[in-house]
Amino acid sequence: MDLTFTEEEEAFRQEVRAWIPKAMPEDMREKARGAGGFTPEDSATWHRILHKKGWAAPHWPKEVGGTGWDAARRFIFNEEMELAGAPPLSVFGLSMVGPLLISFGTDAQKKRFLPKILSGEEFWCQGYSEPGSGSDLASLRTTAEDAGDYFIINGQKTWTSYAQYADWIFCLVRTDPSVKKQSGITFLLIDLKTSGVEVKPMLTLGHTPAFCDTFFENVKVPKENVVGGINQGWTMAKALLGHERTLLAMIGPSQNALQKVKRIAASRTVNGRPMLEDPVWRAKIARLEMRFRAHTMVSYRALADQQKGKMPGPESSILKVVGTKLIQELTELAMEVMGESSLTWYNEGLCPPLEESIGPYFCYERAATIYGGSNEIQRNVIAKMILQLPSS
Amino acid sequence: MDFELDQDQQMLAKTVSDFARNESPVARFRQLRDSSVGYDPGVWRKMGELGWMGVPFPESVGGFGGSFIDCAIILESLASTLVPEPYLASVVLGGMTLARAGNAAQHEAYLTPMIEGETTLALAYSEAQSRYDVSSVDTTARPDSNGYKLSGEKVWVLNGHHADQLIVSAKAPGGITLFVVPRNADGVHVTAAKTIDGHKAAFIRFDEVEVGGDSRLGEEGAGADLLDRTMDYAAAAAVAEGVGITATMLQMTVDYLGTREQFGVKIGSFQALQHRAVDMYAETELLRSISMAAMVRVDEDDASARRRDVSAAKYQLATGGIWVAQQSLQLHGGIGVTDEHDIGLYFKRMYALNALFGDQEHHVARFASDPSFAEVTV
Repeated sequence: MDLTFTEEEEAFRQEVRAWIPKAMPEDMREKARGAGGFTPEDSATWHRILHKKGWAAPHWPKEVGGTGWDAARRFIFNEEMELAGAPPLSVFGLSMVGPLLISFGTDAQKKRFLPKILSGEEFWCQGYSEPGSGSDLASLRTTAEDAGDYFIINGQKTWTSYAQYADWIFCLVRTDPSVKKQSGITFLLIDLKTSGVEVKPMLTLGHTPAFCDTFFENVKVPKENVVGGINQGWTMAKALLGHERTLLAMIGPSQNALQKVKRIAASRTVNGRPMLEDPVWRAKIARLEMRFRAHTMVSYRALADQQKGKMPGPESSILKVVGTKLIQELTELAMEVMGESSLTWYNEGLCPPLEESIGPYFCYERAATIYGGSNEIQRNVIAKMILQLPSS
Repeated sequence: MDFELDQDQQMLAKTVSDFARNESPVARFRQLRDSSVGYDPGVWRKMGELGWMGVPFPESVGGFGGSFIDCAIILESLASTLVPEPYLASVVLGGMTLARAGNAAQHEAYLTPMIEGETTLALAYSEAQSRYDVSSVDTTARPDSNGYKLSGEKVWVLNGHHADQLIVSAKAPGGITLFVVPRNADGVHVTAAKTIDGHKAAFIRFDEVEVGGDSRLGEEGAGADLLDRTMDYAAAAAVAEGVGITATMLQMTVDYLGTREQFGVKIGSFQALQHRAVDMYAETELLRSISMAAMVRVDEDDASARRRDVSAAKYQLATGGIWVAQQSLQLHGGIGVTDEHDIGLYFKRMYALNALFGDQEHHVARFASDPSFAEVTV
C-alpha cells in the first residue's frame, strides 16, 4: 500500500499549478479567487485556452487529441484546476458524448464530431429526460419514425441543461414501440439548428441559466447520426453512465466549497473573534472536512484501480450518493456561516462577491442529488447489483 | 498510489482469517467471556508461534520488522469472529510503547517474551480525571535510593487484570515518565473490571511500589510524547478492528435481509430496508477507505499529517461505524437484542472501540486545532 504520488507526478502537479494563473485572463482570475459566478462564456473561453495548451481532454486517448495521461496525472490535473477555482468545462461533449463516440462511434462520426468537441467550436447538451420520464427513463416517448435515409423526430426533452448555448444534442428516442421498453430505444445525435427544434430556457432555483425544455416537431435527422446501432440506445446510455460515475463524486467542487466556507468563516466574526477561531464553528467545519477526507479516499481507491487498468471496485458505486450529499452539506454550511447575510439575493456591492455567489450556488446544488440518476435510484441499483438483495 | 496489499500481506490476511473462522468462532469467545482471564493463554502462545505478535517490531528483538499495516490486517481479521486474545492491549498499547521507549536490555526482558507468546503486557495510562489526555497524570514517581516509589491509581487498564508487566505513566521530578512494573509486585493492587464487550480490564492502585532505576523507560519526562504517539497507534488499531467489525455486521445483516421472511416475502425486498443497507455499505466503505490512510500515515513523524488521517478515521468509526452497528441491530429486529444472537456482541465491541483512545469530540477538536486546518488556499 502506498498513498503518495511519485516524484514525476509531483513535478507535474507543480507544472500545472504554475501554468494556471499565467494562462487565466485577469477577470477570470478575480472570479476564481472567490468572486464566483462563472458564465457559460467564461467556460467556453477557458476551454479554448486549455485546448491551445493541448489540455482540453485529459481523459481522451492521444490518437483523438487527448493528453494520453494516466489516471494519476488526470486526477492531479483536475485537483489543481479545482483548487485554483478555474471555471468548470461543459461536460456534455468532453466527458459524455465524446468518450462514447471514441468507444462506439463510426470513423465518420469520430472525424466529424471529435475535433470540434475538443476545440470548443461545438458545444453539446443532453436529451434524456422527458416530462413523463424521469427516474423511469426507459419509458421515454419521443418518437423517431423511419423515413428511409432519415428519422422524423417528434416529442419533448426536458432538463436539457445549457441547450440555449449548445450546437448539438444527444438524445434517446423511441425507434420501436412494439418491444420491451429498453429494447426499442436509439441513441441519436441531433443538430439543434435543424428546423422544427425549439429550445425554451427555464431558470433554476438559483436563478442561473441552466435548465431548458427542448421541443421537436417533425425534425429530420439523418440515420448516419445513430450511435451504436438502431435500438441499441439503452446499452449506449448505460455505457455513458459509467463515464459519469467518477464525475459525480464531486471531489473538486467539494474541495472548493470547503475552502469557500473557511474563507467566509475567517472573514466574519462571532463573539468578537473570527468564526474560524471559534471552537464551535471550527468543529462544525472539521466534521465535514473529515467526512470529505474519507470520501476522497474512496475515490483514490477507484483512481488506483484505473491506474492499474482495472475496473473500479464496487465501492466506487457509493461515490455519487456520498459526494452529492456532501457538496450540499458544504453549501448549507456556507449559508449558515453567513448568518443573516445568507438572505442576500443578487445584490451588488452589499456583501463581498464571494458571499453574494453562495445563495444561488447553494440553490443550484440541490440538483446534485437528483441528476445523473437520483440518489434513490442509485440506492435501488446498489442494493440489487452490489448487495444482491432480493427483488420485490 | 496503490491501495492493494502485497502478496505477503494477502497471505497474512488469509492465514489470520482462516484461523479466526476455523479455530476461534464466536462460540469460543462466548465460552471464555465468563472466565476470570477472558482468553486462553495457550492460544496466545500459539499466536506467538505463528509470529503475529512480532509483526510491528524490529528483528533485533525477535520481531518481523513489518509496518503498522500488517498489524492492522491482523486486528481486522481477528475482529471478524471477536477473537478475545489481547492483541490490541498487549502488542499495540504495551508492546509498541515499550519498543519505542525502552533500551535493549528492557526489550529483551519484556518485549521478546511477549512476542513469543509467553507473556502479555498492559499499558496503565488512564486515570479517573484524565479523559483522553495522556498528559493528565496524578500518579507520582518519587525518587529514592534504589530507584523510584510509585503511588497513584490507574483506571480501565486493558488486560491489566492478567498482564505480566504493566507499563505505567507517573510524574517524576523531570516530568511524565514511563516505568515497567510487574503486576505481582508488592503494593500493586489489581481489581479486575468487566467491560461492556465481554472483555476484562483493571483498576490498579499503586501503593508506594518500589521499582529499580532500570525499570524506567527512557529519560524522565519522555513519557507524554511517547504516550501521545502510542494513542495514535491505538486509535488506528481501534479503527482497523472497527473495519473488521462493521464489515462483518454488514454482511450478517445483508444475509439476514435475504433470508428472513415477513408478509410472505424476503424482507430484503422492501425498499426502505434496501436503502438503509446501501447507506450502511457506504459508511462501511468510507471507514475502510479512511482507515487505509490512517494505517499508512500513522507511521509518519510529521504530527500534523499523522493526526489528520488518524483523527478523521476515528471520527468515521464514531459516526458512520457506530451507525452501521446501530442499524445492524435494528434490522435484525427482536433477535438482535438477545444475548443469544452474535450481532449484539459485535455491537457492544463497537461501542468499546468508540469509547477508547479518543471519542468523537476529542478527535473533532484535535483535527480542528491543527495549524493546517485554518490554512485557506483558494
